Amino acid sequence: MENKKNTSKDHQWLYSPSLESTSHIEIKDKYELFINNEWIAPTSNKYFDTINPADEKVLSKIAWANAQDVDKAVKAARKAYDEVWSKISAGDRSKYIFRLARMMQEKARELAVIETLDAGKPIRESRDIDVPLACNHFFYYAGWADKLDYAFPNQKTESLGVVGQIIPWNFPLMMAAWKIAPALVAGNTVVLKPAETTSLTALKLAEIIKEAGIPPGVINIITGHGDTGEALVKHPDINKIAFTGSTQVGKAIQKALVGTGKRSTLELGGKSANIIFDDAPIDQAVEGIVNGIFFNQGHVCCAGSRLYVQENIAEKLVEKLKQRMKSLILGNPLDKNTDIGAINSKEQLQTIEKYIQIGIQEGSEIFQCEGALPANGFYCKPTIFTNVSQSSVLSQEEIFGPVLTIQTFRTIDEVIQKANNSPYGLAAGVWTDKGSKIFNLTSKLKAGVVWANTYNKFDPASPFGGYKESGFGREGGMHGLGAYLKIIK
Amino acid sequence: MLESNQHSIFQTINAASPIDKVGVEERVARFQTRSIKDDAKAQGLKMVLSMIDLTTLEGKDTPGKVKQMCFKAHHLHDLHPNLPQVAAVCVYPSMVAIAKQALKGTSVKIASVATAFPSGQSNLEIKLADVKLAVDSGADEIDMVISRGKFLSGEYNFVFDEIAMIKEACGVARLKVILETGELCTLDNVRKASDIAMYAGADFIKTSTGKIQPAATMQVTYTMLLAIKDYFEATGKMIGMKPAGGISTSKLALHNLVMVNEILGPNWLHNKWFRFGASSLANDVLMQLLKLESGSYQSPNYFTLD
Repeated sequence: MENKKNTSKDHQWLYSPSLESTSHIEIKDKYELFINNEWIAPTSNKYFDTINPADEKVLSKIAWANAQDVDKAVKAARKAYDEVWSKISAGDRSKYIFRLARMMQEKARELAVIETLDAGKPIRESRDIDVPLACNHFFYYAGWADKLDYAFPNQKTESLGVVGQIIPWNFPLMMAAWKIAPALVAGNTVVLKPAETTSLTALKLAEIIKEAGIPPGVINIITGHGDTGEALVKHPDINKIAFTGSTQVGKAIQKALVGTGKRSTLELGGKSANIIFDDAPIDQAVEGIVNGIFFNQGHVCCAGSRLYVQENIAEKLVEKLKQRMKSLILGNPLDKNTDIGAINSKEQLQTIEKYIQIGIQEGSEIFQCEGALPANGFYCKPTIFTNVSQSSVLSQEEIFGPVLTIQTFRTIDEVIQKANNSPYGLAAGVWTDKGSKIFNLTSKLKAGVVWANTYNKFDPASPFGGYKESGFGREGGMHGLGAYLKIIK
Repeated sequence: MLESNQHSIFQTINAASPIDKVGVEERVARFQTRSIKDDAKAQGLKMVLSMIDLTTLEGKDTPGKVKQMCFKAHHLHDLHPNLPQVAAVCVYPSMVAIAKQALKGTSVKIASVATAFPSGQSNLEIKLADVKLAVDSGADEIDMVISRGKFLSGEYNFVFDEIAMIKEACGVARLKVILETGELCTLDNVRKASDIAMYAGADFIKTSTGKIQPAATMQVTYTMLLAIKDYFEATGKMIGMKPAGGISTSKLALHNLVMVNEILGPNWLHNKWFRFGASSLANDVLMQLLKLESGSYQSPNYFTLD
């Protein structure tokens, strides 16, 4: 249901609009490239529009970096690495990063509103999840800078040099934090490329970086499309590429890196299994299913998009899930009561709609939330499919939208087999009141993260990453440090 | 109640799924992020007023105190037109006749606690007599307490039968069953006690007496609302809910209504199906309502303390 003004019918109680204010934020008409703590016009002289997916209005123009611009950024990062960042003490690195974290926290509200405008995600999520987690990531890693010897005892560590980082559009600021914080702490300098639909919070972060007095060249932020990212990957003076995005692009990056000596970590797609046993806390499991697939409109690499329900409770659980979906509020992402915001881009909406059609053609049974969608902007109703098989396209391919497939299972062995029967292996959820069952499953599920009786929980201290085609390398926690260090025995 | 029937009821009760406390806390926190503004807030606050059981349950209650509270029940704030009156007053059985007299000609209901409130530590005869006193004195609603000691020692049949017999003694009066959730300790127990009460004939289930802390936490109310929903899905019968104890601010009351709205739906947003047991909530709601209209808070001295 869309947010509407209260029409005050007998017992109806509809929440009045409660829009987060945008009066305190500042978005420039045009953004240049952030190199050496300066705003530099792109040599291409090309710019592209970034729009608000909730109403399709243009928010700003963003510089489109070409190979020459990428070279400038890498050179700046190299100089900063050689002359400053690798020379200063670990304690000083730590101080800079703590300062950045504090200043982000002070500007949390502004960052949240801009994230919501640019990405379409509900303000509740950007305010309560994205921005606090991004800040916490910096806070967490800042403390590690002078303690690397304790993270890797009896081993010597060395920074890598200049790191190229390419991040996706689903958690723009949070992904920037996940990438930048450990790289800097370990002593590397960074060239970061945000996704083309969501550059704004990274550029806002650039303003904070400058204001915080981080030495010039330590963090460079270059914007653009796929070709910009490609130029970064192929640049000869990069020591490592860290990428989060689709498996398709991840494979292309891996091919490009073969034989170059550059390191890489890839965090790619997923089709994660969320498994509900008949002894699970059902009502909380329903919340976990909703959170697993509808959080951030399903634009989550570890979304619990394949639901496996034990057959003897399937009917009851699906009915409860449908009832719960009826209370989800879809609409303006800036409304504090919005649960489901806008799909990030027109292209993504078309992809999701294509999959919904495939599901219908395959003969699966569709259920969607009621109510009309807003007239403008890219929206998709939360959708579930029942009567889905393991061999349905819908349950095999990553959709990256609010679309859940539901399959039933009979035994624990069957569900382990089915859950692992995927080229992906990013995450999984297990719902049961029985502790022994949880441990049995966590050791057998081939997934980087297994959540028990919860889903989509993130913490900077906890490593995150995938099995199989979901990528390699870990981000977060002590493991995330190792990805940015040479470890010498 | 036929024995085989009761056996199958207990099968249903035992089949309730376990409750994960961490998950409940998360869900409840989510309800608290709902932002209720403008028209929705005014409508919500008026609903809250109309759902209050204005309560005094003290050893020092006197006819004077009860009469004054009854007057307030239908004259919440006469300076302001179009305000609802509260749903009911809630008093001890000895005060029911006085309340009845004081509320003559109004539609404010009279609720009375009974069954050796608040501990429930007496025998069935005395509990039934307590109920009879309240009903004979004119109570429209009976708020009974369950035998928590029996519940905790696993004598669920005893608890069930006691509720069923008291329901019978109520006659036309509606029965609210107080679980005293602060003494049941776990949400699984709250769920089980809710199921027993509903299947035994409760018209309402109620969290607490107000004498034990914690009382009506949102976690407990949430658990009971889910039990009501499952019961409705299984039987088609609507059961009312009454959180009592500890709800003293408008904000908390509105968050409770948000839970009702989103779990049970708008059909329950009526004082026939939802009540707040509270003594100090009304004035805070009045203050917020007037602030919505005038834009500024008035001094507490403008709100009467009865």
